[in-house]
Amino acid sequence: MLSFVAQRIVKGVIVLLAIVVLNFFLIRLAPGDPAAVMAGEAGASDQVFVQQLREKFGLDKPLPEQLFIYVKGIVTLDLGFSFRQQAPVAKLIGERLPATLLLTLTAFAISLILGVLFGTFAARFAGTFLDTAITVFALIFYAMPIFWVALMGILLFSVTMDWLPSFGYETVGANLTGLAHAVDVGAHLIMPAMTLGLFFMATYTRMTRASMLEVKRLDFVKTARAKGLSDAVIQRRHVLRNALLPVVTLAGVHAGTLIGGAVITETVFAWPGIGRLMYDALLQRDYNLLLGVFVTCSIMVLIFNLITDLVYRLVDPRIEFAS
Amino acid sequence: MKQFWKSMLRSPSGVIGLIILVLAIGVAVFGPMLFPNSPWRMVQRPFLPPFTLSTVPLGTDALGRDVFAGLIFGARVSLLVGLVSTLVALVVGVPIGAMAGYFGGKTDDALMRFTEFFQTIPSFALAIVLVAILQPSIYSIVASIAVVSWPPVARLVRGEVLSLRTREYVQAAVVTGQSNTWIILREILPNALSPVIVLASLMVATAILLESSLAFLGLGDPNLISWGYMVGAGRTVIRQAWWITVFPGVAILISVLGLNLIGEGLNDALNPRLSREGR
Repeated sequence: MLSFVAQRIVKGVIVLLAIVVLNFFLIRLAPGDPAAVMAGEAGASDQVFVQQLREKFGLDKPLPEQLFIYVKGIVTLDLGFSFRQQAPVAKLIGERLPATLLLTLTAFAISLILGVLFGTFAARFAGTFLDTAITVFALIFYAMPIFWVALMGILLFSVTMDWLPSFGYETVGANLTGLAHAVDVGAHLIMPAMTLGLFFMATYTRMTRASMLEVKRLDFVKTARAKGLSDAVIQRRHVLRNALLPVVTLAGVHAGTLIGGAVITETVFAWPGIGRLMYDALLQRDYNLLLGVFVTCSIMVLIFNLITDLVYRLVDPRIEFAS
Repeated sequence: MKQFWKSMLRSPSGVIGLIILVLAIGVAVFGPMLFPNSPWRMVQRPFLPPFTLSTVPLGTDALGRDVFAGLIFGARVSLLVGLVSTLVALVVGVPIGAMAGYFGGKTDDALMRFTEFFQTIPSFALAIVLVAILQPSIYSIVASIAVVSWPPVARLVRGEVLSLRTREYVQAAVVTGQSNTWIILREILPNALSPVIVLASLMVATAILLESSLAFLGLGDPNLISWGYMVGAGRTVIRQAWWITVFPGVAILISVLGLNLIGEGLNDALNPRLSREGR
């Protein structure tokens, strides 16, 4: 188990380094001389200042050395400075990260629980009206762009029904504390989390249904039935457990898509996370901040993949850890 | 081929998908000829509700532009970007997958690590960064969608090639001294085509969703109207004018749904073994 984790972490670090190098070259691709752009953003663009910036950020040094400085910066959590926001990029991201984690993890939990539930139902009643209804709904949710679902949610639940707040993380100026604050944040969370969760719920529903139907046909299920186990036990212990494997794999593959969806959801709902930060950086063409968020997203995906790998090993009845 | 159409037409999802796709392509190709109203021109007062004037059936947006014209011209951008970026992704992914599967060993290792790397990077975030840095245009949008969508192609093709490579007819071609390129192109790839076609149809759908999301965030080609852009532009006035955001979204939903259904139909028609297992 430990050696497996260590192996995966080493692999993750190599990928991360590659992403950082890619990031470095992307920054160089950005239009304009970085020093001139920075000077412009700082509001002073005389030659002396540009030259100072160049020296300060090592832009006058050869490319490999610049790369080394950049990588060293990232290792020490220095992602550069955002002149637009007048703050270090790492600090801006650090402030916004908890909100994104809250949103994505809630959405992930919603999508996984509902998806597996609906998928199990559809497979259990395959061929019936219930199955068809679930399948059609999953197909439709799978085809809806997230930003549109978000806007339709606002139209329905905020504008028409006036049930839920349409933007933000909490009621501004309410100064709630304790439980009242948690309830307030929860009310703000429902729509963004559901919006983000629905698309993934649809994919998990489809995947769970397909793989349950496939596993059901396998020999060990027949054996279990021959042993006289009850249907509920067979479904839960034998079918579902094996059918969940491809769902876990899919969850890992989807980590990046989940983060991408968060960018859109946070933009529509003005949710103060790093997705919204990325959108702001985009509008202001704040490349340092944009790429900082990009690296952070990549790290989140790597960590998430590591976790799904571990979960896969825990769920898979064929793999046993020698402890 | 006849057999293929027969089984395709027997699957209800395939038929519905085909009808939707034919309609969408029809709108994209002939629509702008039949309704030459420019989607950028002001034709009526702003915020004209839908179904009030027959000349502007779906109303106007905040600048008095025809929403219906936007939908018709937007179909071109959505379908074109979807198709072309999928083609580019295939052009990148198929050779990489084929080489990895055919040559195996170190080549396989290197190519697959490269592929995995691209699969690990959060795709939408990378697409945003690429379009932002290359400046939004139809070319940068197609390129960045292709960059984030080729890895599954490479992996799929590699798997197929890996299993086809040991078949006897391939061995026979090796023994008769055919070149590697000839064997890959003439013997192996044609037999690996069906799953690639299924994947490609689903990729077009994903590409359309990606393009609309980019356009929604303001990263669309500034000279071309697209459905995502329309939803993005209508977002701020959603409380006064629901129709500006609702209709383009429905257009995206229907196109993507159609392509997904075609994917399922193709899967049923091309992989009859899998379809019987209740997928």
